[in-house]
Amino acid sequence: MLDPILQGILLGGYYALLAAGLSLMFGVVRFINLAHGDMAVLGALIALAMVGGGVPVWAAILLTVPVMAAAGWAMQALIFERALRGGFLIPILTTIGLGAALQNGMFGIFGSDTQSLGAHIGSLSWSGFTLPGGIVLGKLPVYTFLVAVAVLGGLHLMLTRSAMGRALRATAADPEAAAMCGIDARRVRLQAAALAVALAGLAGIFLAMRSQVTPYSGPMQLIFAFEAVVIGGLGNLWGTLIGGMILGVAQTLGGTISAQFSVLAGHLVFLIVLGWRLFGAYPAAKGDWRALMRAVLFPARKEKT
Amino acid sequence: MMARLMPLAAQDRALILCGGLLAIGLALLPAVASALVVDKLTLLFIYVMLAVMWNLMAGYAGLVSVGQQAFVGLGGYAMVRLVEAGMPPFPAILAGAVLVAGVAWLLSGFVLRMKAGEFAIATWVLAEVIRSLVSFDPLIQGETGTSVLALNAIDPDLRRTTIYLMALGVMVVMLAGTWRLLAGRLGAECQAIRDDEEAAASVGVSTMRVKRQVYIIASVGCAVAGALWLASAITFQPRTAFGVQWSVFMLFMVLVGGFGSFTGPILGAVLFFALQEVFGDFGAWYLAGLGVVAILFALYLPRGLVGLWQDRGRDEPLSIRKRLAAPGDQV
Repeated sequence: MLDPILQGILLGGYYALLAAGLSLMFGVVRFINLAHGDMAVLGALIALAMVGGGVPVWAAILLTVPVMAAAGWAMQALIFERALRGGFLIPILTTIGLGAALQNGMFGIFGSDTQSLGAHIGSLSWSGFTLPGGIVLGKLPVYTFLVAVAVLGGLHLMLTRSAMGRALRATAADPEAAAMCGIDARRVRLQAAALAVALAGLAGIFLAMRSQVTPYSGPMQLIFAFEAVVIGGLGNLWGTLIGGMILGVAQTLGGTISAQFSVLAGHLVFLIVLGWRLFGAYPAAKGDWRALMRAVLFPARKEKT
Repeated sequence: MMARLMPLAAQDRALILCGGLLAIGLALLPAVASALVVDKLTLLFIYVMLAVMWNLMAGYAGLVSVGQQAFVGLGGYAMVRLVEAGMPPFPAILAGAVLVAGVAWLLSGFVLRMKAGEFAIATWVLAEVIRSLVSFDPLIQGETGTSVLALNAIDPDLRRTTIYLMALGVMVVMLAGTWRLLAGRLGAECQAIRDDEEAAASVGVSTMRVKRQVYIIASVGCAVAGALWLASAITFQPRTAFGVQWSVFMLFMVLVGGFGSFTGPILGAVLFFALQEVFGDFGAWYLAGLGVVAILFALYLPRGLVGLWQDRGRDEPLSIRKRLAAPGDQV
């Protein structure tokens, strides 16, 4: 029991890394980037292509992250800035289209081979630390977790201490008031997008290290990231880390039942948390679980107050 | 003097007449057309159904779902199960849709309380959950899937023609039905909710009831389309039947044709079908191209091809917009 829980917590680090960009984008730019998972995969495939071309892994990581930041900046400038003018609908449609373009474009460029960085990182992919009690924690998950905590910590410091972070938070809280105080909202959104996509790319590289990546892996990663964000509570970095851990633990515990049940368990925890957000106040306010059932099944019916 | 509504424009009446004649012509077509043409047209009808149903939800009621593949797949799955239980395949297509209505009813009270972005992804997650649950069914054999063997027992020509005529009939019923619904009270209520849910509630629209009706109708429509698709494809595989590509296709058709217009999704479905016929062989690059086209439409022509009409200050054909007659107008 303890073993899968520890493994799940470590896995949660990866999810938090993946979700941080999504959360940032949602907080500052105010839309859910449905191509976020595909951007993670793009980062992974760029790094894989570099490593395949003979670049050492550490250099590939250092090169991929700025490339992804530039890609995020460009996408914000070329696509999202215009999409934002169309209310909530256009960003959703645009990012779905972007996702389809990215997945199939990557398939066209990089081919259909499932690839992994695992073969290029030597003993890191399989060696582990043995804890008292015989539990083995893989070195890679431990390092991924530590990097995630470091990145989230850095992000936290940046958001709370730096001028750029203040501008980001101000724009997230109230874009118009921020603009009145002299903050260039467009620039802030560009910075947020660059940061978010760079984080997605970094997460994608870790994904490629621990498992196989195909051009079509993105949508699932988006779902995981979104689940981590929702479980942890929107717009809260440490909440995202907790959300990622809860998702990771749900998946590893589910995985002890069967491999197929792993992902399903994560989905179910997400739906339960979402349901709790939507309906949690019901039993307390209206009496009992029967009121809750009525609210779910007959939502149009007049409620006695 | 009572304000009166302008009657249906003469062009619109002519268009409906043409549509009716076209439907009759299409119904007679299997007598002369080749098997390939009949199969292709069946696919086109299924695309039209999907586009019209997604537009009903997203274009009119503002419910942008990325999870309607749940119902496309469930329609097929219900058919597989009913045939397994001994029902003949063709009635099972429609009976399955009734079962799916029950599922949509159960889910609606949950998903319809969410905000836009949450709704989009939560419906997607639900589709994934339903896909996993369906692939746990021993009959489906996980990812392998299963075939509706009862269909193979039917003479291929008879099968093809029956599916074609069913698809045509269902499509005509859907088009006429959505037209009736949208031109009536439900249409006005939907659009009020889409434009401002709180304002709609404040003037007495029972928002939850309206959204729920639309959600269930659209889900049943997708289920019938999914079952008809399975009937022509015969093999049910969870990855394909519940694939998110259905939602991407629906979105593409509606976006390109014209969001929240009656003719838009039909136009979009025809265009999508034509693109697939011409460029489908390019595989991934074709699909990437669809994504790029979707982005360009979303950014530069968000009301789709039908929007080109509206930009010239006219109503698109078969607009459900109501116009008041001025005193001098002939009514």
